[in-house]
Amino acid sequence: MLLEVRDLHVEFHTREGVAKAVNGVNYSVAEGETLAVLGESGSGKSVTAQAIMGILDMPPGKITGGEILFKDQDLLKLKPEERRRIRGQEMAMIFQDALSSLNPVLTVGDQLGEMFVVHRGMSRKDAKARSVELMDRVRIPAAKERVGNYPHQFSGGMRQRIMIAMAMALEPSLIIADEPTTALDVTVQAQVMELLAELQRELNMGLILITHDLGVVADVADKIAVMYAGRIVETAPVHEIYRAPAHPYTKGLLQSIPRLDQKGRELYAIKGLPPNLTRIPPGCAFNPRCPMAQDVCRSDVPPLYEVDEQRRSACHFWKETLDAR
Amino acid sequence: MAELKKEPVDATPNVSDVETVDAATEAAAVAAVDAPVSQGEPILQVRNLVKHFPLTQGILFKKQIGAVKAVDGISFDLYAGETLGIVGESGCGKSTVARLLMTLERATAGEVFYKGQDITKLSGRALKAVRRNIQMVFQDPYTSLNPRMTVGDIIGETFEIHPEVAPKGDRRRRVQDLLDVVGLNPEYINRYPHQFSGGQRQRIGIARGLALNPEIIICDEPVSALDVSVQAQVINLMEKLQDEFNLSYLFIAHDLSIVRHISDRVGVMYLGKMAEIGTDTQIYDHPTHPYTQALLSAVPVPDPAAREGRDRIILTGDVPSPANPPSGCRFRTRCWKAEERCATEEPLLAIPERFVAGATPATHESACHFAEERDVVHAA
Repeated sequence: MLLEVRDLHVEFHTREGVAKAVNGVNYSVAEGETLAVLGESGSGKSVTAQAIMGILDMPPGKITGGEILFKDQDLLKLKPEERRRIRGQEMAMIFQDALSSLNPVLTVGDQLGEMFVVHRGMSRKDAKARSVELMDRVRIPAAKERVGNYPHQFSGGMRQRIMIAMAMALEPSLIIADEPTTALDVTVQAQVMELLAELQRELNMGLILITHDLGVVADVADKIAVMYAGRIVETAPVHEIYRAPAHPYTKGLLQSIPRLDQKGRELYAIKGLPPNLTRIPPGCAFNPRCPMAQDVCRSDVPPLYEVDEQRRSACHFWKETLDAR
Repeated sequence: MAELKKEPVDATPNVSDVETVDAATEAAAVAAVDAPVSQGEPILQVRNLVKHFPLTQGILFKKQIGAVKAVDGISFDLYAGETLGIVGESGCGKSTVARLLMTLERATAGEVFYKGQDITKLSGRALKAVRRNIQMVFQDPYTSLNPRMTVGDIIGETFEIHPEVAPKGDRRRRVQDLLDVVGLNPEYINRYPHQFSGGQRQRIGIARGLALNPEIIICDEPVSALDVSVQAQVINLMEKLQDEFNLSYLFIAHDLSIVRHISDRVGVMYLGKMAEIGTDTQIYDHPTHPYTQALLSAVPVPDPAAREGRDRIILTGDVPSPANPPSGCRFRTRCWKAEERCATEEPLLAIPERFVAGATPATHESACHFAEERDVVHAA
């Protein structure tokens, strides 16, 4: 296994109290595999990613437990210098908002080249040549002329390509993409996702795709982990979960999105709101919004039950949920 | 350096304007605006609407060097009680259309007839009456509510401007009724926006839009800032309110699935022009414009089984700048069908000749010389 997150816990100490952002997350990614982490805002999907990358703001954040095994090495036990070496070379991250992730006062060539200068000890001149190659590779037209341009001179889609180029620069074995296409228009989103998938195949990288878009997940993921209130509520191969969700939250999400290919009737709406992370309900965090909730859901936190060899569901009534379709 | 000059939001006529308006004409206009419209009649008719934002150069002596052609000749009708969806990518001018219909911007040219009155030319009492009847729900429920005002004041403020709708002593009760209508606890009237979640804030925005009993509500991306599980709640609420109050919606969004769900008819915009318009079935199941086809095929469908079976059209390049749009057909620079004719002759929005005779679902307005039916939404 390329990456294995085991029982990860992250807390944030805020004025309103301790926000439990991640409460025992387990997931794994193999080489060449795409794992989609699906969740709404506040579900802990980005915080988990930041903990893996080692870019969590601490304080206020604090990793209170768990292991992050990358190539069988626990990242949480490494010294900061060792993590810095891994970050960029071995794993890289693509952020949602390319404009605020790029430095506005440096040319894109300088920013891409910096990777080679810092990590590979190249000369500025060689690094620039490599930058042009990279820009070509992510299909930025006229790369040679544009290598000296600043981020604001590129369109949103082109900026996201530069972000991808930067992440790919040192050919890492793991890429974490946090909502990489959310800020893009749909025609550009399709271009960027296609590029990402192609590069992943070429380099046989593991990809963690963090998103709230069920459509994007269906398009590219191999397996999926659904998060709610800092926990994984369901994991499954992507085909299975869309065909027959085993957790009421996943099921509700799938039913609440309108379809492009047919006109539906009234949308199913999950009642209520996601919980405040400083006051997560006892038992199953989803119980106040769940149509199937019983007394046991209000008292006992459901473990990840084994649905079959590849599927897990954190619902006391996963059997009933599967049957009730 | 060229800079985009925003015209001041100044559609409110000044006092001298109002005085010069003939009182009898104005009274007639007010009466026309307040007259009822029966279901299925056009309530809003937009004709060749144009909005150009000037691009200027120089600091002291500003010189116009060009214009951003945000909306460049758009025509459509909105019928009473229907929902017309407008889709398009960012920069296509869909939000500018919303601002023009709200008379928040002055149109450069063209007309917007609301019950036969051209609202781009109205002023004074008649304009105020129009504004009461056309309301708006904004995209971002975080910035469109004043953080220093209570919910009661935010919704009640509309009655200060239009006191004829609710007498002073009755306003608090009216606001509480409105909160109840949008599914919020009426006791929340004294709370501030930060005490609500995103979905609840959008309900407050909707309550404000409803306060004056409008006939038309213009919704500019009303659910795109909300989480998936909350989106459905707000969409269902909007549909319920439409039936209850016989509202007409102009629903602007970039999410094509949501637009299909809520709309009776859909218009597809590209670079300030309407590319195609028709019923939801005509546009989604029988699109004839290449841009519509590309747009629809790019939408990821939440069904992994459809991954291989669907016809994907990946467009190359980005949307050109609206300050310098391509000649002829604006989509030709990204279109796989483009020929010489597309560069020289602008295609008009009309039912393509080859489809005029048959009454098939392809018989709807499409601005393409080579319009052709192609199903890109359903897996083969």
